[in-house]
Amino acid sequence: MISIKNLKAGIEDKEILRGFNLEVKPGEVHAIMGPNGSGKSTLASVLAGKEDYNVTEGTVIFNEKDLLEMSAEDRAREGLFLAFQYPVEIPGVSNINFLKTALAEIRNYKGLPPLEAKDFLKLVKEKQAMVELQGSLANRSVNEGFSGGEKKRNEIFQMAMLEPTLAILDETDSGLDIDALRIVANGVNQLRNKERSFIVITHYQRLLDYIVPDFVHVMYNGQIVKSGPKELALELEEKGYDWIKKEMETAV
Amino acid sequence: MSDILEEVTSSEYKYGFTTDIEMDTAPMGLSEDIVRFISLKKNEPAWMLECRLKAYKKWLTMEEPRHWAHISYPKIDFQNIIYYAAPKAKKELASLDEVDPELLRTFEKLGISLEEQKRLTGVQSNIAVDAVIDSVSVKTTFKETLAEKGIIFCSFSEAVQEHPELIKKYMGSVVPHTDNFYAALNAAVFTDGSFCYIPKGVRCPMELSTYFRINASGTGQFERTLIVADEGSYVSYLEGCTAPMRDENQLHAAVVEIIAHKNAEVKYSTVQNWYPGDKEGKGGIFNFVTKRGICLEDNAKISWTQVETGSAVTWKYPSVILKGNNSVGEFYSVAVTNNHQQADTGTKMIHLGNNTRSTIISKGISAGFSNNSYRGLVRVSKGAKNARNFSQCDSLLMGDKCGAHTFPYIEIKDKSAIVEHEATTSKIGEDQLFYCKQRGIDTEKAIALIVNGYCKEVFNQLPMEFAVEAQKLLAVSLEGSVG
Ligand SMILES: Nc1ncnc2c1ncn2[C@@H]1O[C@H](COP(=O)(O)OP(=O)(O)O)[C@@H](O)[C@H]1O
Ligand SMILES: [Mg+2]
Repeated sequence: MISIKNLKAGIEDKEILRGFNLEVKPGEVHAIMGPNGSGKSTLASVLAGKEDYNVTEGTVIFNEKDLLEMSAEDRAREGLFLAFQYPVEIPGVSNINFLKTALAEIRNYKGLPPLEAKDFLKLVKEKQAMVELQGSLANRSVNEGFSGGEKKRNEIFQMAMLEPTLAILDETDSGLDIDALRIVANGVNQLRNKERSFIVITHYQRLLDYIVPDFVHVMYNGQIVKSGPKELALELEEKGYDWIKKEMETAV
Repeated sequence: MSDILEEVTSSEYKYGFTTDIEMDTAPMGLSEDIVRFISLKKNEPAWMLECRLKAYKKWLTMEEPRHWAHISYPKIDFQNIIYYAAPKAKKELASLDEVDPELLRTFEKLGISLEEQKRLTGVQSNIAVDAVIDSVSVKTTFKETLAEKGIIFCSFSEAVQEHPELIKKYMGSVVPHTDNFYAALNAAVFTDGSFCYIPKGVRCPMELSTYFRINASGTGQFERTLIVADEGSYVSYLEGCTAPMRDENQLHAAVVEIIAHKNAEVKYSTVQNWYPGDKEGKGGIFNFVTKRGICLEDNAKISWTQVETGSAVTWKYPSVILKGNNSVGEFYSVAVTNNHQQADTGTKMIHLGNNTRSTIISKGISAGFSNNSYRGLVRVSKGAKNARNFSQCDSLLMGDKCGAHTFPYIEIKDKSAIVEHEATTSKIGEDQLFYCKQRGIDTEKAIALIVNGYCKEVFNQLPMEFAVEAQKLLAVSLEGSVG
C-alpha cells in the first residue's frame, strides 16, 4: 500500500521529519502516537502533498507509484485521503456541491463519468446515515458554523463518500465527546476491509479502544522510536510519554 | 502558496474576435457638426437634436473628472474617437432570417444565439433580446409577444420616433445631461440603446435583455437605456457586454435611467465583460458609466445586480434615489479585477422618503496587479424618517501585488436613521486550496469553487441563466491568477 523510507522533511530551515520509516500493507490499520510537536501532523501533510514542506531525503511509494512526484490532487485521486486535524471552512460552498465536485474529479481521473444525480444523492443518504450526520449539514457551507464534533464527523462522511484506499486520520478523536467518538470509530470500522488501509494518528489511547489497530508506533522527534502490537497503546497510556522521552535521551 | 501566486495570470480573453460587417461610420472627432450628423443619420425630430446640442454645449464647459476615483489612465483624446459606426445595409428586418448571418455568428460566439432564443419561445423562461452592436440596435426579439401586454421594448432610436411623448417625459429625468462629464457626452452623441416601458399593473412575463458589443476599431460606444415601470408593474432586465481585443483603448460611456412608479419593481442585472486589455495592461475598454434609478413614488423597488469582470478601467456607481415612502433600493455587486485592470465601483443610496430601506452587498476580488475599489455613499436627508441601510463590503485578495480599497461615505441628516456597515478583507486561503486539492480538486477548479462561494449572495440575485454565465465568466477571468 504505502512504503515510507528514510523520509526527511521540514519547513524553511527547520527539519521536522528526521528519517521516518513505515510500511503499511493493504487492509492494515496502523496507529501513530506521540507527544505534541513530534511531527505527526507534518507527516500527514507531507504525505498529502502540502507544498509548504520541503522533502530533503527519502522515498514514498504509494500503490507502486512515486508519491512525492505527484501533485496533491493526484495523490487524492490515487486514493489517499487525509481527515484533517483542523477541517477548513469554505463559506458559500455547500457540502454537497463540494463533494460532488470532488467525486467527479476523482472519477474523471479514473476514466469514469460523474455519478447520475439520483445515484449521487442515494450515496449521500447512505453515507450520512453511517456517521449519523444530519441531512441539513450536507446542504450547509463546508464546515461553516459546524461544531467541532460535526466537523470531524464531516471528515469521516467525506472519506466514506470518496472511498480512498489509504486514509490518514489526524487526531480525529480530539475534541470529541464519547458519543461522537463512538460514531466516528463506528464509521471507520464499517469502512475497514481487506484492501483499505488506515494510518490513525492520535494523542490518546482511548480512540484505539474503538478502532483496534494492527500495529502501534510511537513517534518522537520526527521518527518512529518504538513499534509494537495494540497492547503498546495501553502501556503508553499507563506510563505516559515521558518514559519514551527518557529512554530516548539516555540512548543518546 | 506564495510561489504559486508569483505566477502571473495566463488567462485569455475568449470573446476577442472581430466581426467583418460592413460599417457605416462618421468621420473621426467631435464637433457640433458630428452631433448634427448623428441626429441626421438617425432621422431624428428637431426636439431630439435640440437636446443633443444643449448637452454638447454643456459638455464643452465641463472638465474631464480625473482625480477623485482610485484609478489612473492616459488622457483620452476625444477628437480621436469615431462617434458613430453602424453596420451597413439597413432596412427594417422582418425576421431573424434577414439579419446579417455574420452578425448572427457573432452572437453565437458570444453564447447568445438569437436563434436559440427564438426556438425557446414558449418553453421555460424565454428572454427578449435587443442587441446593440457598436452604435445601432440590430434586432429586438419577441416584440409582438410583449406588445400584447402593452409592454414597449425597442431600441432607443425607435422609441424616439414611435414614443416621443414618453422619451420627452423621462429621458434625462434621473440622469440629466448636466450630471457629469460623461453623462453630458453621452447625451450629445449617444447613438442607440434600449427603451422599455411596462404599463400599469403589468408583470413582464419574460426577462428583457440587451447585449452590447463594440466591434469597429477606434469607435466609442455611447448607449442609453431608459426603463420606465408604471404603477404596480414588474420587470427584470438583463444587460450583457463584450468587445473584441484591440491594442488601443476604447471608450464606453453609457447612461442608464430607471424610473419606478408607485408599487413598481425593477430588477436590473448586468454581466459586464468588456475587453480588459492584455496581460501587460495594453488595450481594453474604458468604462465610464452613469446608472441611476429613482423610486419615484411609494413602495417602489429598484434592485441593481452587477457582475463586473471586464474593462481596463471601470468607473461606475449604479444608484437609487429613494423618493417614495417605503421604497427599497438594493445593490448587489461582484467586481473582479485581474492583471492590470482597475475598477472603482460602488453605489449611492439617497434616502429622501420615509421608511426607505437600502441594502448594499459588494464583493470585490482582486488578482494580479489590479486595483479594486468600492466607493459607496449612503445619504439620509433631513426629514427622511426611519431610513435603514445595511452595507456589507467584502474584498478578496489573490496574491500580494493587487490592491483592494473601500471608501464608504455616510451622510446622515436625520436621527431616526439606522445605518450599518460591515467590511472584511481576506486572502484566498492557502488552507482552503489545500483542503480542496486533498479532495482531488485541482487549483483552477478550487479557486472557482471558493470564489463562487464567496460571491454566492450576489449570484443568488441573478436570473438562473445569467448566474451560470456569470460563474463561468468568473472562472475565465481568474484563470491562471493562482498556480
Ligand atoms: N508550518 C509550520 N511552521 C513552522 N513550524 C512548524 C510548522 N508546522 C509544524 N511545525 C513545527 O514542527 C513540529 C511538529 O509539529 P506537528 O507536525 O504539528 O506535530 P504533532 O502533530 O505531532 O503535534 C513542531 O515543533 C511545530 O512547531
Ligand atoms: Mg498534530
